[in-house]
Amino acid sequence: MDRQRVQEREAQCIQEQPPACNTGCPLHVDVRGMMAHLRLGEFSAAFGLFARSVPFPAIIGRICDHPCERGCKRSEAGMAITISALERAAVAYGYGAIGLPKRQKVTKKKRVAIIGAGLSGLTVAYDLALKGRDVVVFEAGERPLARLRAMAPAILPEAAIDADLAALHALGVDIRCRTPVGEAAGSMPDIAALLTEFDALYLGPGPVPFAVAFPGLDCAPDGRIAIVSATGATSHPRIFAGGGQRYGAVFSPISSVQDGRFAALSIDRVLQGASLTASRDNQGAYPTLLYTDTSAYSPLPAVIPTDPAAGLSRDEAIREASRCFPCQCLECVKRCEYLAHYGAYPKRYVREIYNNDSIVLGTHKSNRMVNSCSLCGVCTAVCPQHLDMAAVCLEARRSMVDKGKMPPSLHDFALRDMAFSTGPAFALARHQPGRDASAAVFFPGCQLSASSPDHVIRGYAYLRETIADGVGLILGCCGAPAQWAGRSDLYEQTHADLAAGWERLGRPMIITACANCQRMLQDRLPEAPVVSIWTVFEQYGLPAPRPALAASTFALHDPCTTHDAPDIQKSVRHLLTELGVPVVELNEPGLSPCCGFGGLMSFANPDIADKVVDRRIGENDADYLTYCAMCRDNFARRGKRSVHLLDLIFGTRDVDPAGRPDPGFSGRQENRARLKTRLLKEVWGEPVDATGLDVRLFLSPEVAALAERRLILRDEIRAVIASAEKTGEKIVDTATGHLFASRRLASVTYWVEYTADRGGFTVYSLYSHRMQLGMEPSP
Amino acid sequence: MTDDKPGTGPLLCGKCNLPLETGKVMVSYMGQSFPVELARCSACGLVFVPEDLAIGKMLKVEQALEDK
Repeated sequence: MDRQRVQEREAQCIQEQPPACNTGCPLHVDVRGMMAHLRLGEFSAAFGLFARSVPFPAIIGRICDHPCERGCKRSEAGMAITISALERAAVAYGYGAIGLPKRQKVTKKKRVAIIGAGLSGLTVAYDLALKGRDVVVFEAGERPLARLRAMAPAILPEAAIDADLAALHALGVDIRCRTPVGEAAGSMPDIAALLTEFDALYLGPGPVPFAVAFPGLDCAPDGRIAIVSATGATSHPRIFAGGGQRYGAVFSPISSVQDGRFAALSIDRVLQGASLTASRDNQGAYPTLLYTDTSAYSPLPAVIPTDPAAGLSRDEAIREASRCFPCQCLECVKRCEYLAHYGAYPKRYVREIYNNDSIVLGTHKSNRMVNSCSLCGVCTAVCPQHLDMAAVCLEARRSMVDKGKMPPSLHDFALRDMAFSTGPAFALARHQPGRDASAAVFFPGCQLSASSPDHVIRGYAYLRETIADGVGLILGCCGAPAQWAGRSDLYEQTHADLAAGWERLGRPMIITACANCQRMLQDRLPEAPVVSIWTVFEQYGLPAPRPALAASTFALHDPCTTHDAPDIQKSVRHLLTELGVPVVELNEPGLSPCCGFGGLMSFANPDIADKVVDRRIGENDADYLTYCAMCRDNFARRGKRSVHLLDLIFGTRDVDPAGRPDPGFSGRQENRARLKTRLLKEVWGEPVDATGLDVRLFLSPEVAALAERRLILRDEIRAVIASAEKTGEKIVDTATGHLFASRRLASVTYWVEYTADRGGFTVYSLYSHRMQLGMEPSP
Repeated sequence: MTDDKPGTGPLLCGKCNLPLETGKVMVSYMGQSFPVELARCSACGLVFVPEDLAIGKMLKVEQALEDK
């Protein structure tokens, strides 16, 4: 995996982007964090967060012009959180609970002079004092913060100003009042003198034009100092300025503090000889990338203080803070059991998967996680930045395979099942009987054949009747399991074999009955014209006679493999209208979750797969209707009544098609083998010898379910018993009379507990392991 | 499944008709080998792996080796 690509993908996930209240604040107060404390009544902790970003919390908590509230997403569901009122509450109930900030120790003494003890100047003083600089403030007036003291005490009490000034004094800031600058007389310092005594200067003289002409310090046409807004720099390299001098008569307390903060950073950089402009991208207010869907929240009005003069009471503050959602994206996690299962979100997962891929020696802790994604693509569709987690997982799987790090047990069963479908028991490629050319070829896929072999027989008959000039048949597998398992080699080989069969039939149009087959064919065999059977029905008309249908409404589940095939979804809806089948949509088109089979998730992580199915089948009480055999069978396996669209088109032999059970893994292979035998016999008139082991098995429903869960096929049970009965290599449990026998098939040792009776064998239990017995380690 | 857990009674080798005895057997996976105490026939060497071992400790070790 490419490191840069990983970083790009991490950046696509916006969950860690700060919320709008934070990015709208010039000081980036962690408002969301404060709300989390306040809703729990943790006023001191909330105050601590506030004071971490704000230099004069008692003052700013009262008079901030709160640009944060403009970005608050709560305004989409009620009113914006009254953040300023809550800051005041945090100060009122939390002030003093945290210790005063302390100066950093620095080895090199640097001195900074500040002219003007307004909000911007004192912010510079505060920030630089914290960094261990020696700061002297020169103020022409009687007291610092004179403009604030002119405010009504109801808005800003003197006590608030005194408290914050006390903290500033405690930092060692030397404030000299009645000391105007620029009158080169007596003890009054002038700028030139200050520049020799101090390493840098900050000019915060307030809104009036700065009356001091100084060589190298340019002024704007209005007479105020020319200031670079992002840095507070002036035309003189050691003089900085901001605050009212930049804003004029418009007093924005938080903007003045911001100017002080920018200038303090600039001065500190000058003192260290660092770049003034580097890494200041997200300084000040900026729009956030964080997306928050507020549609699920019901509107709530703001909590108004009972006593407006006193502000919010503790209880009122707790209630008001509880209106914060808080803002976060998680659009994908909300929709995906897999993403939710691991407790984080894609940004973290991308990093985790990359780290897992990079481990040379040690445990690959995320192997199962990488292989538990269904690759359905819903996350990408709902992501504001379209981060493609399926691609992340699939690339990681391929890399694991390439490095020989893919755990063999994860996909072994699925790949052997695929090998069955591409092997002689099922695979076939033929022209229609009596013809030596094919205008089209039917490719029903392995899972429809495994689930409903009758539909394949009917479908093939329909196509032969409908399409002139011959319809051939290809039985096999589209290679999806290999692709999902990261086995590019096997995937390519499967398609090479399919392509060879297709070439031999004269490159006919391919008719699919499974959207995933269609997708895989279009991917690997782009030169082949491929069309779904649904489109063929739409073009040539539905077969007659049609089965009688109960007038019940179905809930329609689009297979996740049709996300990029809206034409298939459209054809299906046309057919349903024609059939007169009423359906309700489960979701917007293109947002269907996986049924739990996709990406081989059910093999790597059956628990998550079951959660995925269970969530889906819980969405609607109606019987489900789908057009993917695997989806239908997975729903049935978890107890949801479900039909396949072909059940409605061709009818079935079942009295209750929606109640048809999942055939299970053994049943799937048996159905495929029998389908091939039937087709050869019924369509091509070729009697076929039924091969296979003639061992009758009796499995209780519990044992059959255990076999499914443990991925042990009836054919494997037969093979174990047949060999034990032939060689006598079995173990007798003298307490129960049960026999235990084992046999190694491929890379698995299967054990069966059984007795011989009723002309066959009763199976009591079965299990397997991959470890080999009595083997010395391979070199 | 049976209610009678395997191993409740003495186990016999069906071929040699001898009781199985506990002994060290090498098991290997992913290029690693370990000795494990298992019941086996002293005559023909037929080994018995009980279900709880196969789906319990053995599976855990297999998975740990696969994630190396």
